Amino acid sequence: MTIVLIVIVVLVVLLGIYAIASYNGLVSLRNRIENAWAQIDVQLKRRYDLIPNLVETVKGYASHERETLDAVITARNAGINASGPAEQAQAENAITGALKSLFALSEAYPDLKANQNFSQLQEELTGTEGRIAYARQFYNDTVYRYNTKIQSFPSNVLANAFKFSEREYFQADDESRGPTQVSF
Amino acid sequence: MYDQVTANKRRSWLLVGGFGLLVGLVIAIVALLLGGGWIGVVVAVALAAATSVVAYWRSDAVALRMSRAVPAPAEEYARYHNIVEGLCIASGLPKPRLYVIDDPAPNAFATGRNPRTAAVAVTSGLLDTMNRIELEGVLAHELSHIKNYDILVSTLAVTMVGVVGLLADLGVRLRWWGLGRTRHHDFDVHHGGNSGPLAVFSVLGFGLLALSPLAATIMQRAVNRRRETLADLSGVEMTRYPPGLISALEKLRDDSTVVHATSRATAHLWIEQPSAQTEPEGKLSRWNRMFDTHPPMEERIALLREL
Repeated sequence: MTIVLIVIVVLVVLLGIYAIASYNGLVSLRNRIENAWAQIDVQLKRRYDLIPNLVETVKGYASHERETLDAVITARNAGINASGPAEQAQAENAITGALKSLFALSEAYPDLKANQNFSQLQEELTGTEGRIAYARQFYNDTVYRYNTKIQSFPSNVLANAFKFSEREYFQADDESRGPTQVSF
Repeated sequence: MYDQVTANKRRSWLLVGGFGLLVGLVIAIVALLLGGGWIGVVVAVALAAATSVVAYWRSDAVALRMSRAVPAPAEEYARYHNIVEGLCIASGLPKPRLYVIDDPAPNAFATGRNPRTAAVAVTSGLLDTMNRIELEGVLAHELSHIKNYDILVSTLAVTMVGVVGLLADLGVRLRWWGLGRTRHHDFDVHHGGNSGPLAVFSVLGFGLLALSPLAATIMQRAVNRRRETLADLSGVEMTRYPPGLISALEKLRDDSTVVHATSRATAHLWIEQPSAQTEPEGKLSRWNRMFDTHPPMEERIALLREL
């Protein structure tokens, strides 16, 4: 009789430990998703901050390339004012494209290409583009793990009880699916 | 690819488990040979544990100093820092400390106990010869070592090899001096007295003990070869771009310069085996390959091409 009782108590305790661990795992994954999303914004902001510096530097060497410079500024401002993910993604593509042509300018201006400030900014922007792509990748990876956990047995029981809802992936539209890396 | 990663992880744990068994076996044999000289065993284990703890805490600093690595300032090595930061975002790792080694031979390694204390070191030759995509491939490989806790496993492997060696040495010496026979005279094989299976076991144990450091070294190497392949794969999982690492590995393969500031002790840490790898042919090649710390470059490249 006591043996049965002990077995039951042990089972209940084990179940309780599992439930706590599983719940905490879900909470930590959910927070990681929030963090990953914030990380994307941090990197986007960093890019917005770098662009005016780059434009100023280029102006000193190729001030008559108004069109290219204006395109970059316009794309940047559109990106800052964008609302909603779709508009945002479109603006980001425009920025990447405009930056590409700005970097291409350096081929025609050897002085600009040799400028250390320019090459530093180019490195920073290339690095930031990479970070944006990686931040999105990490966000999607985390959402994948979170959604899988919520949907699979037995953690789905717990997820339902505590209202853990599925998250959406960051979807790149067909245009932005290409490499975000600046080529030069 | 994910199957490959899980299979590799499982095999690594099996090998680490094998290590534990070997250490246990050696301790048991030493205890038996000493004929109940438990104090000796306790002293040996305590000694081994103490050295392991010290090695565990200081291993990264030692590895970095042995390779003459110096901290890489962010202003001077912007590309290096930017790539690592990007990859850390992709993998959710904290940014490791970054070091550079002034050496024309392209190579890199990661060290530390866990992601928070990790460090990555690359040679100036690597930064010069690799383009951005290739450097990203190599650094993703190194960060995978950190993420998979390979840096911890290789540290543990090294210290466990040390423990086995120390214990075996102690056991052999004590047996030689005859310390272990004082209490149990029926163990004595010295006078040719027939003491039955115990004597046979004693001789067998002695042989096993003498061979155990060799076995430990071979196992350590086997663990590491698996880990290199695994890091290649999970590195690509980070960058999502196999051609980057493939082209980097091809450059490493075609480069014949060897890192100067390296030693046998740190050989298993680097992305490319720093010593000359054994030739694929010849009578002893099979035997020699057991001591290689890395799988052949061709094998690694071929595996990545399959992705």
